[in-house]
Amino acid sequence: MDALVSKYGGSDLDDLNILEEDEDEVTSSLPQSVSFILPPIDSPAKFLRAMTDDHTNPSAPIKLKHGTTTLAFKYQGGVIVCTDSRATQGSWIASQTVKKVIEINPYLLGTMAGGAADCQYWLTYLGMECRLHQLRHKRLISVAAASKILANLVYSYKGMGLSMGTMLTGVGHGGVFGLYYVDSDGNRVEGNLFCVGSGQTFAYGVLDRGYKWDLTDEEALELGRRSILAATHRDAYSGGYLNLYHIQKDGWVHHGFDDTNPVFWKQKLEKGEFQNVSTSLD
Amino acid sequence: MSNPFTLNGGACLAMAGKDCVAIACDLRLGQQALTLSNNFPKIFNYGDVFLGLTGLATDVQTMHSLFRYKVNLYRLREEREIEPETMANLVSSSLYERRFGPYFVSPVVAGINQRTGKPFICGFDSIGCIDFAKDFIVSGTASDQLFGVAEGLWEPDLEPEDLFETVSQTLLNSLDRDALAGWGAHVYIITKDKVTKRLLRTRQD
Repeated sequence: MDALVSKYGGSDLDDLNILEEDEDEVTSSLPQSVSFILPPIDSPAKFLRAMTDDHTNPSAPIKLKHGTTTLAFKYQGGVIVCTDSRATQGSWIASQTVKKVIEINPYLLGTMAGGAADCQYWLTYLGMECRLHQLRHKRLISVAAASKILANLVYSYKGMGLSMGTMLTGVGHGGVFGLYYVDSDGNRVEGNLFCVGSGQTFAYGVLDRGYKWDLTDEEALELGRRSILAATHRDAYSGGYLNLYHIQKDGWVHHGFDDTNPVFWKQKLEKGEFQNVSTSLD
Repeated sequence: MSNPFTLNGGACLAMAGKDCVAIACDLRLGQQALTLSNNFPKIFNYGDVFLGLTGLATDVQTMHSLFRYKVNLYRLREEREIEPETMANLVSSSLYERRFGPYFVSPVVAGINQRTGKPFICGFDSIGCIDFAKDFIVSGTASDQLFGVAEGLWEPDLEPEDLFETVSQTLLNSLDRDALAGWGAHVYIITKDKVTKRLLRTRQD
């Protein structure tokens, strides 16, 4: 590790008294290893747009993973992150077991909506940058700084067809919780509560109804789970399993990857919810 | 504009067994990604004959009304119930009547001929071409999945109880791979003198 520190550690390593961490100091330049081979044509971006599907071109030959519900919210006891696990290509359900929460490091989580590959690759890359920050500065990166690295990065590829809507959340230096929404258009927004994906409106409905800052840990976990369950029921492109995380002062804790089917029927039959679903003929 | 055949979502399946037939459908009514209703059956019966209609929901309802009217007139004129083979020809000619402005539906007919006792199933394209089959007929947004699973599970001369199992498993497993169909299912098992209807408790996502 000393070798790594001497390789990546700058002169500011000697000055261990820096305590002020400003997100604006993040000036990440791409390392040489991160470069992409482009097709030998006039406009690679235009070509990619013609070949991949989005709302303007639904019948394109390359179909990217779409359709998701993800949510994250801050409360008194930390941050709750919950997602579904369905991947669809058109109406075909390609997978019911996608991990849409990306564990960047023991303190940071990223959620996945939009292009699966884009999210996976760039959040992994972000994990690398965060580790380097830690080595250079001998302390954890703040969520604010981490999210800005990602936002600046995707902004530099604007118009090239990246597709991601991610929530970056975790605990940074000094036990400060952070929650940022970052997307491939270049938006970076701080907030207490976000839902992202095709089922976001359904999740917001339940989440807004039950949300308050003073939620207990149990209540907060249940609210996250219930919001995604509602979205999987009404949104055709969300479903599969409920993936739940809780971020505490000392990092994130995983709270299960549970099939929606038994959860739904338990909710319906034991709590009397989802009365719109019939259990008998006539 | 979006494809009218996939706008609302839905799936239907018919299978033939030994002196019995089965027909099943899902219960979803959607508008693209949004699930509007989970109680929209797509199987209707006219006397002893069963008709499954998938596709554009407004046309499903219109065609149901149309065939109720036509079969009622047939019953008055003939003083007997319509047979499945006759129903198939009625569906076909009604669809071809709209050759240049079709109903966006994929119908399935299933029944037992009350005179001969022979099981009968068939399917149609939206302008009335009849697909006579001795094994199974599929239709709807999950038709690719239904074809695959039915091809693997169906076998000749199934008894009613085994046919129920085969039809149900085929439908259920196909729905689990289609985002636009599901949210409950109805299964009818039809023998010469008895019809049983069951509700399947399926995934609700």
